[in-house]
Amino acid sequence: MFFLDPFFYEILISGLLAGVMYALVALGFVLIFKASGIFNFAQGVLALFAALTLVGFQTGQIPFAHLLSLFGLHATHWGAGFPTIVALLFSLGVMVLLAWLIVQIVLKPLVNQEGIILFMATIGLAYVLEGVGDLMWGANVKELNIGLPEGPSEIILDATDMFIDKLEISAAIVAIVLVVSLTLFSQYTKMGRALRAVADDHQAALSVGISLETIWWIVWSVSGLVALVAGVMWGAKSGVQFSLSLIALKALPVLMLGGFTSIPGAIVGGLIIGVGEKLFEFYIGPLIGGATENWFAYMLALLFLLFRPQGLFGEKIIERV
Amino acid sequence: MEEKKQNNRIMEVKDITLRFGGVTAIEGVSFDILEGEVRAIIGPNGAGKSSMLNVINGFYHPQQGEVWFNGQKRGAMKPYQIAYQGIARTFQNIALFKGMSTLDNIMTGRFTHMKSGMISQVFWKGKAEKEEYENREAVEKVIDFLEIQTIRKTEVGKLPYGLQKRVELGRALAAEPKLLLLDEPMAGMNVEEKEDMSRFILDVNEEFGTTVALIEHDMGVVMDIADRVVVMDYGKNIGDGTPKEIVSNQKVVDAYLGVSHD
Repeated sequence: MFFLDPFFYEILISGLLAGVMYALVALGFVLIFKASGIFNFAQGVLALFAALTLVGFQTGQIPFAHLLSLFGLHATHWGAGFPTIVALLFSLGVMVLLAWLIVQIVLKPLVNQEGIILFMATIGLAYVLEGVGDLMWGANVKELNIGLPEGPSEIILDATDMFIDKLEISAAIVAIVLVVSLTLFSQYTKMGRALRAVADDHQAALSVGISLETIWWIVWSVSGLVALVAGVMWGAKSGVQFSLSLIALKALPVLMLGGFTSIPGAIVGGLIIGVGEKLFEFYIGPLIGGATENWFAYMLALLFLLFRPQGLFGEKIIERV
Repeated sequence: MEEKKQNNRIMEVKDITLRFGGVTAIEGVSFDILEGEVRAIIGPNGAGKSSMLNVINGFYHPQQGEVWFNGQKRGAMKPYQIAYQGIARTFQNIALFKGMSTLDNIMTGRFTHMKSGMISQVFWKGKAEKEEYENREAVEKVIDFLEIQTIRKTEVGKLPYGLQKRVELGRALAAEPKLLLLDEPMAGMNVEEKEDMSRFILDVNEEFGTTVALIEHDMGVVMDIADRVVVMDYGKNIGDGTPKEIVSNQKVVDAYLGVSHD
């Protein structure tokens, strides 16, 4: 039987850990969608941009070095760079600043527009950010090392014969801490309540003194933080390069499963897809020629669209007549 | 200025005209609200009453006219800034935060009273923590006052209509407003619920001295609780006075009975 197979558990666990990473990306989408009804196409690029910025600060790169070289300044690095923790804080600062710019330049002029128009605006934003990221930090593939343990965990290997990457374990821990703190923040603070209030009713939120602009800034900043964490984790795993922004595509099926408005949904959806695609690849893959990981998530999402379009936890779509 | 002080006008709208494209919702309407009174705005459907409330709390910006609050002319302000000035409101179609509990809904009403910074909130230390507890106490008082202790933790989307209206009133009360705007607080209620709501409005007015401006269709209720009434029809002010004066005003009677306009 398959559940006696030690491989089954190894695959299950590595699927869960991969799922956490998917959930992390999906979380960024859900936060913005809940608060402003915007599907933020740029979430993946935000993760890429955050990771690029972190590497830049860490390695002491001079931003826009290529542009500066046009004016005869040929230095590319100003020194050895900042320690990881300082670089992380600075990167977070950049993401908060970026959130403010996005609200002022993109969202404010488009207030009260249709969702599809805002969606188009985020597509534009994605391309602009991608370009700015390249221009600031260069387009080459970069290695990201923030000092997290890597390689197989010996303790687990000795005890159970299972091969689990330490990096994935740390990623899962970081993701759990992040989700728990976000939940606590939204439950027990003034701004957290304001975030939930804006998600429910804009007019009522305004009438009690909540400024939508401030809330949007906070939401995009938090999404920037989530993007930074996702970018760091994925970047540490497979290098910081353009393809990092494509992890956003992996978040789509997660959202279809979990629903666009549910944070627990994003997490459970991520786990189901992570585990599902690993198990499917291992047990069914060989029968149909393999490489199923590329499409399994999308097939699952399609099934959900057919039978449960609001997702597992999304708000039920009820049309009032 | 001297005159205003004598009359203690908390709010005065002067010659307000509001248009949406070619449609004129309000045309040259003026009236005042005195400190401590219950002021009713009545009129047939589409008379521009809700639009007037939306002008007062800043959702709409009139093309013409002035809004004076606390003896000062108000410049262009956003609704959330007006909330900070001490104007709270409820809505015709209940606008609660449906996914949140009664307690959390009323806590958002305290938003303008909470001043802690973002950093303090993130780490839940110092000011933010203290502030949570203090404001929680204020909220519990509102809950006791409105007799909704039993639904404290219930998600408001699941409450019956009458209770939702009460929670919405609670959210506005929690702000401890100088001026409380109520848009049809009794719409869709049965007699018993209307009596409860009337009692709460009168208590708020008498015990806390809160000035109330409300829109209401039920003339019986208006007669009972309003000190003065302003009547609107087709976006115009067609009558202003005590409830007694209003019912004997021929123009008002015509508007309600649908006599054609010359």
